[in-house]
Amino acid sequence: MNQSKQSDVCGLRPGQAGRVVRIGSSGALRRRIIDMGITPGAVIVMRKAAPLGDPLEINVRGYELSIRKSEAREIIVERLEGGRL
Amino acid sequence: MSGGALLSTGKPFTHQSESFHRFALAGNPNCGKTTLFNQLTGSREYVGNWPGVTVERKEGRIKNGSARLLDLPGIYSLSPYSPEEVVTRNCLLKESVDLIVNIVDATNLERNLYLTTQLMELERPMVVALNMMDLLNKRGDRIHIQRLEQELGVPVVPVSASKGVGLERLLTVCSQAAESGGKTGRPAIYSRGVEALVQSVSRELLPEQHMGGARWTAVKLLEEDRLTLSGLALSSSQRRKIQEIRGKLPITRLMDASMIIADQRYRYICALCGRVVQRSEKQWKPSPSDRIDRVVTHRILAIPLFLAFLLAIFFITFGPPGNFLRDLVAWMIQDRFGETLSLALDFAGASGWMHSLLVDGVVQGVGSVVSFAPQIMLLFTLLSLLEDSGYMARAAFVMDRPLRKIGLSGRAFVPMLMGFGCTVPAVLGTRTLENRKDKQLVILITPFLSCSAKMPVYALFAAAFFPAHRPLVIFSIYLMGILMAALTALLFKNTILKGEPAPFVMEMPPYRMPTVKSLWLHVWERLKDFFVRAGTLILGATLIIWFLQSFDVRFSLTGSPEDSILAAIGTVIAPLFTLCGFGDWRASVSLLSGLVAKESVVSTMAVLFSGTGMTLSEVFRPLSAYSFLVFVLLYTPCVAALSAIRREMGSAKWTVVTIFYQLTAAWFVSAFVFQIGTLCGHLFG
Repeated sequence: MNQSKQSDVCGLRPGQAGRVVRIGSSGALRRRIIDMGITPGAVIVMRKAAPLGDPLEINVRGYELSIRKSEAREIIVERLEGGRL
Repeated sequence: MSGGALLSTGKPFTHQSESFHRFALAGNPNCGKTTLFNQLTGSREYVGNWPGVTVERKEGRIKNGSARLLDLPGIYSLSPYSPEEVVTRNCLLKESVDLIVNIVDATNLERNLYLTTQLMELERPMVVALNMMDLLNKRGDRIHIQRLEQELGVPVVPVSASKGVGLERLLTVCSQAAESGGKTGRPAIYSRGVEALVQSVSRELLPEQHMGGARWTAVKLLEEDRLTLSGLALSSSQRRKIQEIRGKLPITRLMDASMIIADQRYRYICALCGRVVQRSEKQWKPSPSDRIDRVVTHRILAIPLFLAFLLAIFFITFGPPGNFLRDLVAWMIQDRFGETLSLALDFAGASGWMHSLLVDGVVQGVGSVVSFAPQIMLLFTLLSLLEDSGYMARAAFVMDRPLRKIGLSGRAFVPMLMGFGCTVPAVLGTRTLENRKDKQLVILITPFLSCSAKMPVYALFAAAFFPAHRPLVIFSIYLMGILMAALTALLFKNTILKGEPAPFVMEMPPYRMPTVKSLWLHVWERLKDFFVRAGTLILGATLIIWFLQSFDVRFSLTGSPEDSILAAIGTVIAPLFTLCGFGDWRASVSLLSGLVAKESVVSTMAVLFSGTGMTLSEVFRPLSAYSFLVFVLLYTPCVAALSAIRREMGSAKWTVVTIFYQLTAAWFVSAFVFQIGTLCGHLFG
């Protein structure tokens, strides 16, 4: 655990996993992110970026979600080493 | 009231639906709700549209006639931020629904149960339909149904909507639940501390303030939900007390009230899933969906593949396969049937005007439009195939970045693609856009994406004037439409409709094999609509055109169309189009009739030219034919589309702006094409 580091979701490499620590942003966007299952403690796995670099595809709670980089930057995760899939 | 005396049964007249139970289907988007709806209502389906700012909901009678079923738009949560969610929420809260049938995707249990925990707080009788059991079994996972049922406190019925498995039992359980008043589950979702706060808020509420149940309202008040606060007339002492209770929530800098509630819901669900789900080892291997995605959203292959799909659709619909089918139908109706009818009329000794009305008017006019049915069927089959398989979400994923360049979100892509089929569903599809400005912008540009009804016009003119370059000419028209849409988006996004593009948080559903049944339903709905329009609007327009063309201004039958009422009307408008290259009265009249339905442009031409021995080439040259097509591409959409636009824009002002903008754009671009073309003709001889 002492190797774990915090970063935003954009900082995850494809295949890397992170546990949600906190969510920035506000209003409807924040609500939407929460409703889609991204709450503190949830594990996010980075899948890939779209062909033009944005948006990103992540896996959360067992399903695939597409999210823009600007939105992903608001989600802070604790990187899980060895959490590769 | 004399009307009452007519009812001999003595029973007061009641609305039909009141004698039935009313079930509402609620669930996440893409969990198979509509499939279940169609399965349960079957062939007796009655689809009603409720206009207004509301989202469409469908209501139908269940096959065995025991209840009415309400199909609501798919939602992730009852916290409302998109129009669909507001409607579903209002519908569940305010309408007389006897039972909520919550459809849960068994392959995506955690997120689906999030809505379930919210629906249960409405404290209505509820049944959970655990859908996609076949896919779950294929994956090798197991769900302990009885355990889930015990924990949730409501009946859980495993079903597979697409395969039709478990539906009988679902109906029996639903009827029983509705009959007996049903069970309202209340599992221990919240921690003891939060639960106590929920209960103290609900005690503060008066019975008439319960909205969707005291418990649900209390939770929403704890979350400080705007809509609930404004919907309730809370007294100032109530406000103070509730504020006091809210203060006891463990709110920190990182966790606000709504986050605490959502967090506890998910914690509960996680623990629940741990107890009832038995996962197989298989799920750590890439699923078929993952493997398809590796190619379809590949860094390099994705965009070429996307373009290839579009070109394939284009080629099949407008290229040799589609053309062959259309020619076949046209030959059958206009030649074979027309000739037979003509002979039969002669044999029966029908008068000249009767002959002219039926053969030159109805058969030529309506027939010229009906012959496009095969192409429309092909186009919608292919678009539905993309939609049902789950590719549309990938297309939105791939296209988000380029679309953002013109100020739109990738989500806008799906309704826009539908615009190539028909503007009406495309405009209705903008409801999924959360941002009002985005929505207005998409509605404004969708009519430029050439709908399938304009296709007959292009096909007719391309065949007459550019026989060697048919697909190329039609493709260039489509391309011009896309270009105009992009330019319009840029223009408005940087001026009147300024603002950040809406967030892009979108589920990527797993790929599913489209079923023949659902494909056919999609295509049939469009085709039916097409035939109904051919039989009503287009037939009507054809008859009016025939009448106006066959009579002169003194209402006596005339042999030469030049003297007809139609010519008189057309001659008044025609000078407007001189600069565009088609200042002929026939062109103006057919454009006018195109406002009823775009196909009418073709049927009007067919009526105008049939029996006169004239051909299109006497009125148009290749260049003016092309500028005419440009005008048809860009000008104001048909009445059906206009009424959809009026409805979705929600403002008369914006509807007028749309109409005016499109007319002006059409005129200027068309005139520009013709004038530049003429100039080039002079320069290069």
